[in-house]
Amino acid sequence: MRFDQRHLLGIEPLRPDEITTILDLADQYVTFNRSRDKHARALAGLTQINMFFENSTRTQSSFEIAGKRLGADVMNMAMQASSIKKGETLIDTAMTLNAMHPDLLVVRHPHSGAVDLLSQKVNCAVLNAGDGKHEHPTQALLDALTIRRAKGRLHRLNIAICGDIAHSRVARSNILLLHKMENRIRLVGPSTLIPSGIEHFGVEVYDDMRKGLEDVDVVMMLRLQRERMDGGFIPSEREYYHRYGLDAEKLAVAKPDAIVMHPGPMNRGVEIDGTLADDINRSVIQDQVEMGVAVRMAVMDLLARNLRANPKEIMA
Amino acid sequence: MTKTLFINARLIDPEANSAAPGALLIDNGVIVDRFDSPTPQGIEAEVIDAGGKCLAPGIVDIGVKVGEPGERHKESYGTAGQAAAAGGVTTIVTRPDTTPCIDMPEVLEFIRRRANEAAPVNVLPMAALTKGREGREMTEFGLLMDAGAVAFTDCDHVVANTKVLARAMSYARSLGALVMGHPQEPTLSKGAAVSSGKFATLRGLPGVSPMAERMGLDRDIALVEMTGVRYHADAITASRTLPPLERAKANGFDVTAGTSMHHLTLNELDVADYRTFFKVKPPLRAEEDRMAMVAAVRDGLIDIIGSFHTPQDEESKRLPYEEAASGAVGLETMLPVLLRLYHSGELELPTLFRALSLNPAKRLGLASGRVSKGAPADLVMFDADKPFVLDRFKLKSKSKNTPFDSARLQGKVLGTWVNGTRVFEA
Repeated sequence: MRFDQRHLLGIEPLRPDEITTILDLADQYVTFNRSRDKHARALAGLTQINMFFENSTRTQSSFEIAGKRLGADVMNMAMQASSIKKGETLIDTAMTLNAMHPDLLVVRHPHSGAVDLLSQKVNCAVLNAGDGKHEHPTQALLDALTIRRAKGRLHRLNIAICGDIAHSRVARSNILLLHKMENRIRLVGPSTLIPSGIEHFGVEVYDDMRKGLEDVDVVMMLRLQRERMDGGFIPSEREYYHRYGLDAEKLAVAKPDAIVMHPGPMNRGVEIDGTLADDINRSVIQDQVEMGVAVRMAVMDLLARNLRANPKEIMA
Repeated sequence: MTKTLFINARLIDPEANSAAPGALLIDNGVIVDRFDSPTPQGIEAEVIDAGGKCLAPGIVDIGVKVGEPGERHKESYGTAGQAAAAGGVTTIVTRPDTTPCIDMPEVLEFIRRRANEAAPVNVLPMAALTKGREGREMTEFGLLMDAGAVAFTDCDHVVANTKVLARAMSYARSLGALVMGHPQEPTLSKGAAVSSGKFATLRGLPGVSPMAERMGLDRDIALVEMTGVRYHADAITASRTLPPLERAKANGFDVTAGTSMHHLTLNELDVADYRTFFKVKPPLRAEEDRMAMVAAVRDGLIDIIGSFHTPQDEESKRLPYEEAASGAVGLETMLPVLLRLYHSGELELPTLFRALSLNPAKRLGLASGRVSKGAPADLVMFDADKPFVLDRFKLKSKSKNTPFDSARLQGKVLGTWVNGTRVFEA
């Protein structure tokens, strides 16, 4: 079992065995979280700061609960309301926080690469909770754990990722992770929402959902962001739902035991049929939320171990 | 002024396409004689022994941004001039995208005065094509030309209104003015930080298809055909833009094109982990594009290479990639960086100086850019082989935003002369 990272900035730098390490530990935390006494000491004495430059309820509370269950002192900073509005640069904000000696910094930012930049300027472990259209690694890890538990393995599966791939950091992280673990990945969506050059990522692209879902083991739906409508990416919500919304009829071509996933929050009736989302035989959407806490506990635990092992190798 | 004799030189002559031993005699700031013998005898003059090193016509760099007026903390005429001299650039042709922009003869005169006082090299200003670079009304071409404007450009602000551009070009033609365009389809490239494709997708950055450049050039060339204006495309960077350029030239239109030092030596992968010093405009392209640009310079399809020197302070670069400012300094680094192409066997030295000195001088109607009798003694002496590691903090520019920090380069400028006067000594 090895995990050699100082930060979790993305799936891209992770090796397959490191991914397995995270998922194995997360499995233990799933059991732990289901017990009555949910207090561990893996992060005792450490300070965790959640810096969200973009609105988030689920991810932020998931990180908060994960940190608290492991004994960290957790602080949430709503960055939109703070000094950023007063014109302070990202680097200055980071330096200010750094002076307060946090140990774990969980960051979400609307710009790709911003979390990378920040990690170069602070001497604590940085976790990427989503940066622009770049990566959202803990989401991909929790999706992987959900799949592994539902399917019993995380390799040689046919997985379809459907919807707005172009603007989705969740899709990028998932493609990278599932590719590293040797799965067959299909992307399904209108060509306006498929990013250029994606064919180099080892994926198959389908613009017809009924073909794209044929015989898949996993259907991952993505949220369609409403602002895409104004950008002229699709003609209307109803046409989108007609062609790319997941309903029982389209799902019928997938394997009979195929699972349905969604990172949330869902637009019922836009990308997914409400009844299907609630079907406990197909939908694992609630499991994903549960796995989210466990995966974040595992990642922070592993980063804290590395932090304690090499306390100050770090630049000033 | 006394006579100066350069002996033992390897003369780089882009006109004759040769690099051969020789000597040059300078009198009163002008090249008065040229010898095939490296050590001509019986001439009374101050002797400068080049020791077998290269002596080439000084570089004429079209598209240099100086921070005056408005951003003097990024670059002044003094520091830009020092950087130019240290880089073998003897003429800088400045951009009007300052704050305020150079769109009135009064501002232009101020610039010329400042430049002549502060910079040791020749400074020729360009003026804005439209007032405020807003793409609505053309500037006073006639008055600006009288005040010394050598070309008209809105730089990276593309004139989106084709009717405005058509009228400006037509009016410019009647004055014989040179219009420099920035080929780009502005609605397509809006908000883009990198070229679209695998790299953009991997990094999650907004990309623009290189096709936007070709569309821009297609439109501009159609307007050239319509108006007959003298037109120069500032920077061609994508291989797909080359066919329309080739056709325009074959049709005999008065069209020339440039490219940047960065697009000849770097590709999009150099951006790596969001390194904002590699953010330039147009964005770096794929390796195939880079190779196509080098071939186009070799074949003469692309006429001119420029540094597109754009000083930026650390604050405007230390930001998330999308928000970071574009541009890199290049006056001082252009020659050593481009010598990479010489050492890799991609470009010969006379070809390089055809694009750096001869062609830009010709396009602007200057007598410089040559090592022949009668030309002004604007010269650069350099050791093409000397290796060094670039330290950005040693650059003479006020701003240190070069993508070549810590790069291993080969080729150092030993001396620079402007009108026969030494302005830099290594």
